[in-house]
Amino acid sequence: MGPSHPGGGVSLVADTARWLADGEHWTGSGGVPARLVEHLTVSGAAVALAALVALPVALWLGHIGRGGLLVVGLANASRAVPTFGVLIILVATPVGFGDRATVVALLLFAIPAILTNAYVGVRDVDKDARDAARGMGMSGWQVLRRVEVPLALPLILAGLRTASVQVVATATLAAYVGGGGLGRLIADGFGRADPAMTAAGGVLVAALALLVEVVLGAVQKRVTPGPRRRMPASAVDAAALPV
Amino acid sequence: MLAQDEPPNPWVSVDYVRDNADAILAATREHVTLTLVSVVLGLLLAVPLALLARRFRRLETPVVGFAGVLYTIPSLALFAVLAPVTGLSEKTVVIGLTAYTLLVLVRNVLAGLDGVPDDVREAARGMGVGGLQMLARVELPLALPAIVAGLRVATVSTVALVTVGVVVGHGGLGQLLFAGFNNNLYRAEIFTATALCVLLALAADLLLLGAERLLTPWARRTRAAA
Repeated sequence: MGPSHPGGGVSLVADTARWLADGEHWTGSGGVPARLVEHLTVSGAAVALAALVALPVALWLGHIGRGGLLVVGLANASRAVPTFGVLIILVATPVGFGDRATVVALLLFAIPAILTNAYVGVRDVDKDARDAARGMGMSGWQVLRRVEVPLALPLILAGLRTASVQVVATATLAAYVGGGGLGRLIADGFGRADPAMTAAGGVLVAALALLVEVVLGAVQKRVTPGPRRRMPASAVDAAALPV
Repeated sequence: MLAQDEPPNPWVSVDYVRDNADAILAATREHVTLTLVSVVLGLLLAVPLALLARRFRRLETPVVGFAGVLYTIPSLALFAVLAPVTGLSEKTVVIGLTAYTLLVLVRNVLAGLDGVPDDVREAARGMGVGGLQMLARVELPLALPAIVAGLRVATVSTVALVTVGVVVGHGGLGQLLFAGFNNNLYRAEIFTATALCVLLALAADLLLLGAERLLTPWARRTRAAA
């Protein structure tokens, strides 16, 4: 790209490593830690709000066993909608520039994964367990709280994990609509034709997404009782296969 | 500026579409080309990878795991790492998008091949079918519904992802989208580009579904029952 990379890949790796090792890039409001905090704040807010909207709906629909077509249809349809388009559409509405548009766009795209997984998790709770709880005199609410949610927990968490990874990844786009986060390094790197900065931003964002995946995957595994660990990692993944 | 002083900025504008038909067509063409090339390349890589994973089962975890790692890397990050090497080119976008199709394609090709009943394989072998013929004439046709299901997911996701290519100057309809953003939030341009993107994804999905129905006439009865 620039004249600074006559050696192509090899010198880029060295330059990127040098960029990342430079202490100057790790301080101040434009430094990596500050960008990371921005990135995680926006992502966290989006996932939390999405869960607040999606979980009650999913648990209720799963409990009464209805709305499957709607839930799965929403998940499939959402794949066809470009996040970048929604983000820019939101910017052109009263929502406006910056973090607010980003949080709204991200939460809209986090809802399907959370909704589908929690819904399938609750709906597919063993009928015998549900009947036994009823037989013990539990009310519908008690069955949900004490039987269905605990048994559906692995899938509920799978949905939150899938959504979180996706949100952390997509939050990178915020930089292109005046927002902050690690995407700024990439956007500014492209803007200044600084390949080392661009690549360093890419490496950091990729590492963050993989880290979130691994950490939340470990959490999900911990709360999954041993015998059930071989269930599908996520209902969204499973839904991709023709069953 | 007071609200009543603002020029109208409608979301839907026939004038915009008419005046910019050439640009819209060019962007759509780039979008379709990038999607097509990426998905076809993805399939050409996924089939041999799936066959390898099936032949040597211990390779299944690393192959699917590697595709999973690729899939987890955000598109913008991948473009950012690739661009300094492959340039602000369509190549950068295609490499990135191809990488994303691998997970779902490898997984579905594997699932499709694994789903071929052993009885069918036995019967074919009894009729003297073996080796590549078994794969081409028995296994792949029977795996087709699973493969097409994977292709549909991969294609629809790819259509949406192409827009991110705008960061290296090749985002198909994403170019219009971003131009609308930079052009004082020109709503008609932003909305038209996004809507076309969604329509393109739906059209591709229906096309693949139709192709599957044509190619697997024997599955029609089971589908009606399901």
